[in-house]
Amino acid sequence: MRSRWLSLAAITSLALVAAACGDDSKSSSASSATTSGGSTVATGAPGSGPGAGSKKVGFLFVGPKDDYGYNQAAYQGSQEVKKKFPNLEILTAENVPEDDNATRVMEKMIADGAKIIFATSYGHLDPALKVAAAHPDVAVVQQGNFIKDKVPANSGTYFGTVYEPVYLAGIAAGKATKSNKLGYVYAFPIPQTIANINAFQLGAASVNPNVQTFVVNTSNWCDVAKQAEAAKSLFAQGVDVITQHQDCTATITKAAEEAGKMVVGYHADASSLAPKGWVAGSEWSWGEMYSDIVATALSGKFTGSKYNANYRVGYQDGGNPFVQSKFGPMVDDATKKLIEEQKKVISSKDGSPFKGPIMGQDGKELFPAGVPDYLTTEAKNTAFVKGVVGQIPKG
Amino acid sequence: MNMLTEVLTGGVRGGTSILYASLGETVSERAGVVNLGTEGSMLAGALAGYAVAAETGQPWLGVAAGAVAGGLLAAVHAYLVIGRGANQLATGLVVLFLGLGLTSLFGVSYVQALAPSFRPVEIPGLHAVPLLGDVLFGQDALVYLSYVLVPVSWWVIFRSRWGVLLRAAGERSEVLVTHGHRVAPIQYTAVIVGGMLAGLGGAHLSLAYAKAWFENMAVGRGFVAVAVVMFAARHPVKVAGGAYLFGAALALSPALQARGYAINQFALDAVPYVVTLVVLIVLGRRRASDVPEGLNKVFETTPGR
Repeated sequence: MRSRWLSLAAITSLALVAAACGDDSKSSSASSATTSGGSTVATGAPGSGPGAGSKKVGFLFVGPKDDYGYNQAAYQGSQEVKKKFPNLEILTAENVPEDDNATRVMEKMIADGAKIIFATSYGHLDPALKVAAAHPDVAVVQQGNFIKDKVPANSGTYFGTVYEPVYLAGIAAGKATKSNKLGYVYAFPIPQTIANINAFQLGAASVNPNVQTFVVNTSNWCDVAKQAEAAKSLFAQGVDVITQHQDCTATITKAAEEAGKMVVGYHADASSLAPKGWVAGSEWSWGEMYSDIVATALSGKFTGSKYNANYRVGYQDGGNPFVQSKFGPMVDDATKKLIEEQKKVISSKDGSPFKGPIMGQDGKELFPAGVPDYLTTEAKNTAFVKGVVGQIPKG
Repeated sequence: MNMLTEVLTGGVRGGTSILYASLGETVSERAGVVNLGTEGSMLAGALAGYAVAAETGQPWLGVAAGAVAGGLLAAVHAYLVIGRGANQLATGLVVLFLGLGLTSLFGVSYVQALAPSFRPVEIPGLHAVPLLGDVLFGQDALVYLSYVLVPVSWWVIFRSRWGVLLRAAGERSEVLVTHGHRVAPIQYTAVIVGGMLAGLGGAHLSLAYAKAWFENMAVGRGFVAVAVVMFAARHPVKVAGGAYLFGAALALSPALQARGYAINQFALDAVPYVVTLVVLIVLGRRRASDVPEGLNKVFETTPGR
C-alpha cells in the first residue's frame, strides 16, 4: 500500500510543480500590479470603442517564440509594436494551448490592464470569441482562422495571402533546378498548404515547362525525424530543389545543404543554415499590420474598421504580411527582374497565380479561365495541379 | 537508388535511435525494472547532446553528455522504484513527463543553435558489397557504434558474471540475497545504464538523424522501444531486428510517396505500429515464459510487498 501512496504523492506534487511553472511562464512579462485600466474608460469621448486608450497589448503564441517559424514571426511582430508604441506595455505568452488555457491567459492579461489582445494561433479562435463576448471593451483579434457567424463588434480575424510569395519563389526554383524535379514536404493537406504547393509548381512551370513537384506529407507540423527521412527520399528521386510547409524548418534546410541540394524557405529566413543552397523563400513580417490594428483600436475606431471582419490581405491591396525572403547566390539578375515583373502582374486586378484555365493532375479543369476572386482562391485549392507528383491523402 | 535499398537504408538509419533505447530497456527489464520513462531519457539525451555539441563544437562530447543526461533521468526512476518502492509503470510515466517538461523548458534556446553533426561515412571495401554495403556500411559513426553494442550487450547479459547477477535480480532476487549479494545496486546500475543507452539514442536522433533539436522530437520512439523489447523477448539480437523493422516501416511511407504512389498516407503512417502489434500478437504467447519472474510482480494487482 505504502508504495502506491508514494507514487501517487509523487505524481500529484509533480503535477502541481508543472502547473505552477506553466502559470509562471505564461504570464512571464505581465506585471502583477493592478492598473487603473478599468477606470480610465473615457465614456462619451471620441475614443470609446473596444481597445481605446489601452495601456497594454497582449499577445498569445501557441509555440515557443524562437521556432525558426510561425511563432517566432508573430513574436517579432509583437516586438515591432513595442518599438512603434514605446508607451504601451507588451504582454506576451508562449506555448498557450488552443483550449480553455488560452481563455485563462487572456482573462489574466485583461485583468492586468490589456484591452487589445492578439490570439495568434488558428485554434485560439473559440477562446478568443469567448473572451470577446465577456469583455465588450476589449478588442480581441485572431490570426488565420475564420469567424463563420456574425463578427462581434470587438473582434475579427486577419491573415495574409500565403501563396503569392510562394508562387514567386517557385519561379526562382524553376530556374534553379537542373533535374527539373522539385520536392515539397508538407504536414497536412489543408487548403492553405495545397494552395502553396500548387502555386509553387505553377510558378516553376511558368519558366520551366518540364518541371515537376514531388510531394511527401509527414502528418505532423513538427516531426523532425520524419522530415529528415522525407528529404532523403525526395533527394533519392533526383529532386534538387526542396521546400516545405512545416512549423519547424531547420531540419530540411540543413539536410538540403548537407546533400549539396538547393532549398526554398518558408515561415522565416533560414538562409544562414544553407549559405550555398538557399534559393529564395517566403517569411512573415507582421510588424506593420499589428501596429495598424493597435493604432486603429487605440483611437477607438475598431468597430466597423476593416479589422472588425475576416480580413485577408494580398498583393492587390498592398501590405501582404507574407513577404519574399532574400535570394540565394544562384539566382541571377535576369531571374530577379522576371520575379519583380511577375509580382507586379499578380498585384494587379487582372493577375493571380491561379489565373485560369488551370488543369488538375487528372487533366480536368481546376480553375476556369479568368482571374479568381482572391479572397476565396485559397479555399478552392482542394486538388493538386498538373505537374505535381503525389496524391492527397484521403481521410 | 532502388526502393528496397532506400527503405532498408532508412530502416537502419531511423531504427538506430530505437535500437539504442531498446538495448537500454533490455538491460533494465532483465533486472526486473520496466522503464516507461525511456522516452524521457531519449529527449534528455537529444537535448543534452545537441546543446553540448553546439556549445563545444565537439559532437562526441555531445554524445557523452547525451548518455549522462539519459542516465540521470533514469536515476530518478531508479530511486523512486528501487529506493522507495513506487509503482514502476506510474513512476515511468511521471519520469517521462518530467523529461518532456524539462527539455521543453531548457531546450528553447537551442532550437536555433547550430551544432556539428555526424555525417555518413562509407566504410571502404564493405561499402562495395551489393545491397548490404549501402544499407549497413554507408551510415554515420553512431550507427556503427550500435553494431558493436548489440553483441557486447548480448555477451554481458548472457555470458558475463555480472549478467548472471543481473538476470538473477530480475528473475528471483531472493537467490541473490541468499548468496550474499545486494539486489539494489545491481538494479540501480541496470536502470541507469539503460537510461544512458536511451540517451545515446536521443543523441543519435538530434545529432545524426534530424540534425536539429525541437521539443518532444522523439514523438513516441521511446514507447516503441519498450514495445520492441517486449516482443523481442529481451534478447539484444532480436531487439536489433525489431528496431530495424520499425525503422523500415517508417521509411516506407516517404519512399512510396516520393514515387507518387496512390496509397493512403494515413494508413502508411499506421504501418509501423500495426507491424509492431502484429509481431507482438504472433510472438507474444510463445514468449510469455521468457518474462523475468520479477517483472510479473509489476503487473500484479494485489499489493504483495
